[in-house]
Amino acid sequence: MNTPNAWFQFALFVGALLLITKPLGAYLMRVLDTNGRTFLDPVVKPVERLTYRLCGIDPGREHGWRGYTIALLLFSFVGMVFTYFILRFQDHLPLNPQGLAGLSPHLAFNTAASFTTNTNWQSYGGESTMSYFSQMVALTIHNFTSAAAGIAVAAALVRGIARHSAATIGNFWADVVRVTYYLLVPLCVVFALFLVSQGVIQNFKPYTAAKTYEPYTIQVPKTDPAGQAVNGPDGKPVLVDQSVDTQTIVQGPIASQVAIKMLGTNGGGYVNANAAHPFENPTPLSNFLQMLSIFAIPSALTYYLGRMVKNQRHGWAVWGAMFAMFVAGTLAAWKAEANGNPIHQKLGIAAADGNMEGKEVRFGIFNSALFATITTDASCGAVNAMHDSFTPLGGLVPLFNIQTGEVIFGGVGAGLYGMLIFVVLAVFIAGLMVGRTPEYLGKKIEAYDVKLVMLVLMVLAATILGGTAWAAVTDWGQAGLNNAGPHGFSEILYAYSSCVGNNGSAFAGLTANPASGDPHYNVTLGVAMLVGRFLMTIPILALAGNLASKKLIPASAGTFRTEGFTFVVLLIGTVLLVGALTFLPALAIGPVVEHYLMGAGTLF
Amino acid sequence: MKTFFPEFKTSLLLTLVFAVLLCGVYPLVVWGAGQALFRDKANGSLILDQDGTVRGSSLLAQNFSSGKYFQPRPSAAGTGYDATSSSGTNLGPTSQKLADSIKAAVASYREANGLAPDAAVPADAVTASGSGLDPHISLANAHIQAVRVAAARHLSVDEVRSLVARHTDGPGWGLLGEAGVNVLELNRALDGAR
Repeated sequence: MNTPNAWFQFALFVGALLLITKPLGAYLMRVLDTNGRTFLDPVVKPVERLTYRLCGIDPGREHGWRGYTIALLLFSFVGMVFTYFILRFQDHLPLNPQGLAGLSPHLAFNTAASFTTNTNWQSYGGESTMSYFSQMVALTIHNFTSAAAGIAVAAALVRGIARHSAATIGNFWADVVRVTYYLLVPLCVVFALFLVSQGVIQNFKPYTAAKTYEPYTIQVPKTDPAGQAVNGPDGKPVLVDQSVDTQTIVQGPIASQVAIKMLGTNGGGYVNANAAHPFENPTPLSNFLQMLSIFAIPSALTYYLGRMVKNQRHGWAVWGAMFAMFVAGTLAAWKAEANGNPIHQKLGIAAADGNMEGKEVRFGIFNSALFATITTDASCGAVNAMHDSFTPLGGLVPLFNIQTGEVIFGGVGAGLYGMLIFVVLAVFIAGLMVGRTPEYLGKKIEAYDVKLVMLVLMVLAATILGGTAWAAVTDWGQAGLNNAGPHGFSEILYAYSSCVGNNGSAFAGLTANPASGDPHYNVTLGVAMLVGRFLMTIPILALAGNLASKKLIPASAGTFRTEGFTFVVLLIGTVLLVGALTFLPALAIGPVVEHYLMGAGTLF
Repeated sequence: MKTFFPEFKTSLLLTLVFAVLLCGVYPLVVWGAGQALFRDKANGSLILDQDGTVRGSSLLAQNFSSGKYFQPRPSAAGTGYDATSSSGTNLGPTSQKLADSIKAAVASYREANGLAPDAAVPADAVTASGSGLDPHISLANAHIQAVRVAAARHLSVDEVRSLVARHTDGPGWGLLGEAGVNVLELNRALDGAR
């Protein structure tokens, strides 16, 4: 492993992130202001106006927090139903050259919930399940709208903080339309074209049959004329030889979907292997920009926060807390993966190569560890290596990142509003320590605000741990496992953490959509995703409304400063403490115990 | 309640407008521009014979098992190198099954390449990739296999290694990611060099 080079790549990534944060944040100021002017106005303004006219939107009429919430819920509900029916009946819809069947009700529910909530958990393998139409329409629409809705909610919360004695927090429709038209679509067109230049495909051809160079023989289960597997006298399936002389190459409109899945921190892959697949992520350069595009908008939103509340140092303090946790996670995952697996090294694998199981050669150890950290810091969930095959501590990092609530830059919008929950909590704790009524940027933080914050934190933790516990002790839960021992438990814990956190990555050995048709995982994980999204956004919008209505009180000598080093440390401490207290026991019986068992050479 | 129905109507209409723009116009624009500017790449970087038969994609591994070819990494995609079901093994670090398959792969790699029974084996040679379609192997792996391939083809090791160098991709801009040897391209070149 080329270590100095890896450090240099890390520095390059951080430098690029810093470089885009301010300009993109300043651009967000214009996008999230209905009267804001941008350089795209000549082209986009007419489309924006036409959209308002067609849909009966008055961008000047702002919503109170209740109106904003109702609009968000209605829009999400309509989109979810839209996707559900397309998936159910994709076999009757166009652009299905492979003749793929419609999805079962529980898989369609799970997938619709997944994409509506910006999770993009995938209980299915894309290339063998979804028609081009389903990918392009049913799924891609949510990649845009769930991202735009997330940014809208974050903007509403920031307005609530910035305003005082106000009754409204913005117009939901205008926010969604403007974010989509001025921010997401233009960036995606450029990014998608760049991806095509690297080798990501974009076409509507049926899959291509290639005549391979060396035909070979595989053994497949024998089937009777009805297509059922034939069992021999020993009860095991009879195997027959089958000669393989073709490779069927996947085609489809991948680039347009990959661009938005990264920028919108959705993460749902077109194909099963996601960004590990050479058609989704062909080169180290495409990998670098995909990683950068995950963090771009969440990072810029901290600048937006600073500008809006007229305290840029506060924005950078929030950025700094996120950044410190991001660096720590990256280094931990990198070191664990570079150290590799002593069990495999004893079998003869070169120790210097690290843990390459589930990783691609073109990315290597460092870029796989970095990608895993970024995709789980943010609520993206795209993967360029299989987290299930990471070393125990290397897999602990993404898992814990998700369990912090994905506030380390986080999802587009979701990361900022999640972090602001912790900011309010940190301010409250600081207030308790000095015995004063806590204040945040000139607003008193009162019992109602803290109750909302605690409601969010407790509902999410209870859903993760409750779901995990249920699955871990039931037959349907254990039937889905690909690994035994503590790693099997980690697969379940990761699944519920990922779904409640709206991340969507997985310890992908877990089979959530079994051939037996058991719906338990699909339904419980689907519900977990809806809880994770909406029992977070509704209290947050209530908090936004309440903060907006408060009077401004001038800062005094006793006011806790929400900038500078002390605040950053307190904020990090709050995030880590809440995450650790809630999840350490579960982590101890999953990845932590597995780490020691691996050291002892125990296999399951 | 009086705002409910207008807002519901807006939800429906906006979903339809977005469906047309984001799911119709946007992918078509990318498709049109991609096909115009990067036609080969937009269609899967396909490798064609003289007569136009598709033989594979330079981005996707395919199976090679005889000694005269370089062999790609083990694959967990379907029954192996199945480009319609990309996947890793998803086996964890303490999996017995994974340890068994690595043990077997190490033994056969050492035997095929005439390595000592305790020689360290490049990790990529005996572990499955994330996609099951990783087109690359590491330089260390390629250099070991070059000896075997050269012997099988009655070429000098240097000749084979110079072909290896010619089909090594990356790192991007000389620093991003890791270098990798494209197995399919290299094997095609070997057949051409014979």
